[in-house]
Amino acid sequence: MEYISLFVKSIFVDNMIFAYFLGMCSYLAVSKNVKTANGLGIAVVAMLLITLPVNYLLNRYVLTAGAFAWLGEGFADVDLSFLSFIIFIAVIAAFTQVVEMVVEKFLPTLYDSLGIYLPLIAVNCAILGGSLFMQQKDFVNVGESAVYALGSGIGWWLAIVALAAIREKLSYSNVPAGLKGTGIAFITVGLMGIAFMAFMGISF
Amino acid sequence: MDSKLKETILNPIFKGNPITVLVLGICSSLAVTVELKGALVMALSVTIVTGLSSFVCSLIRKTIPNRVRIIIQLVVVALMVILVDQFLKSFESTYPLDKQLSVYVGLIITNCIVMGRIEAYALGNKPIPSLLDGLANGVGYGMILIIVAFIRELLGSGTLFGFPVLKAIGYTNNGLVILPPMALIILGCIIWIQRSIQKDLQEK
Repeated sequence: MEYISLFVKSIFVDNMIFAYFLGMCSYLAVSKNVKTANGLGIAVVAMLLITLPVNYLLNRYVLTAGAFAWLGEGFADVDLSFLSFIIFIAVIAAFTQVVEMVVEKFLPTLYDSLGIYLPLIAVNCAILGGSLFMQQKDFVNVGESAVYALGSGIGWWLAIVALAAIREKLSYSNVPAGLKGTGIAFITVGLMGIAFMAFMGISF
Repeated sequence: MDSKLKETILNPIFKGNPITVLVLGICSSLAVTVELKGALVMALSVTIVTGLSSFVCSLIRKTIPNRVRIIIQLVVVALMVILVDQFLKSFESTYPLDKQLSVYVGLIITNCIVMGRIEAYALGNKPIPSLLDGLANGVGYGMILIIVAFIRELLGSGTLFGFPVLKAIGYTNNGLVILPPMALIILGCIIWIQRSIQKDLQEK
């Protein structure tokens, strides 16, 4: 039950785009048509699902204060938490490279359609943001962190596909000259965010 | 000062503003605009990180192998962010900051402005102009952040830096402005104003 609650909450209430603005750069840059938006969305879900549990384990057994207690008495007061940024980003960059190679070898069509965006996922704030929020949320086990990763990834995917669909239609409408392109995209995202606020009260 | 250097410094502040024109670094930046204090801290942190990492990357630009440059840049940026984060943490007892702000400070690593400036400028220019370019982009970014935070704090809480301003004239706080989506809408309006003044920026 807790898992379902966490899952639904991370998709709708704590949506990465509408509540925390994570991964906005690629969100705005890649949401011009639904097909590529869909590809990037799937890639983000996959990367979150891989990196977040790994970072959770690293955080729990290496980085937090006293995390080295499992090595013996003498290590109990080691605190490496200042290293967490660099460790997290290293894990993310390494896994991006691995996933890129795997996708290139086994799924060449997907690789072609994602193009430049696959390597750029390493610098997508949503991935690092997921790990940093995980650090603050004090999950009890790996399962919870994986559910959180899946939920927030799906939330991001949903948001980018929805915006891409709206922007495809927007190109037929008569927008004031100064607002065209970026400006109206921002306002659309804002309005979508207000709509998403309706989910705020949800709990299981 | 020669005119090229002057252009480097002045361009990012208005004509080539990283947020409103290049649409870089929206990730993570808007979440800290609920109040001026957080926005100011974030603006200063980003300015310092952008400047210093451009400087360092420019110093080592001739020795970085092209294929692994993203990872090397990430390490340099992560180092600078850790420095800034530890600096902020050391003043935590005297100047307490919002807990969420530390997540967003960590997210400067994946802020597109930092990587964008390193890729676009620092890798092809000498260290001192790169440092100035990084600082100027940080200032351009911080300026927008502070404008958005000013509007949101004034209308949302009726205060500026925590001092009550609008209460005296009987203003009722507008709770909507505090919500995350309004940051996007305000930014959309700023872009609209800027593009109405500078017609050459308008998109077709």
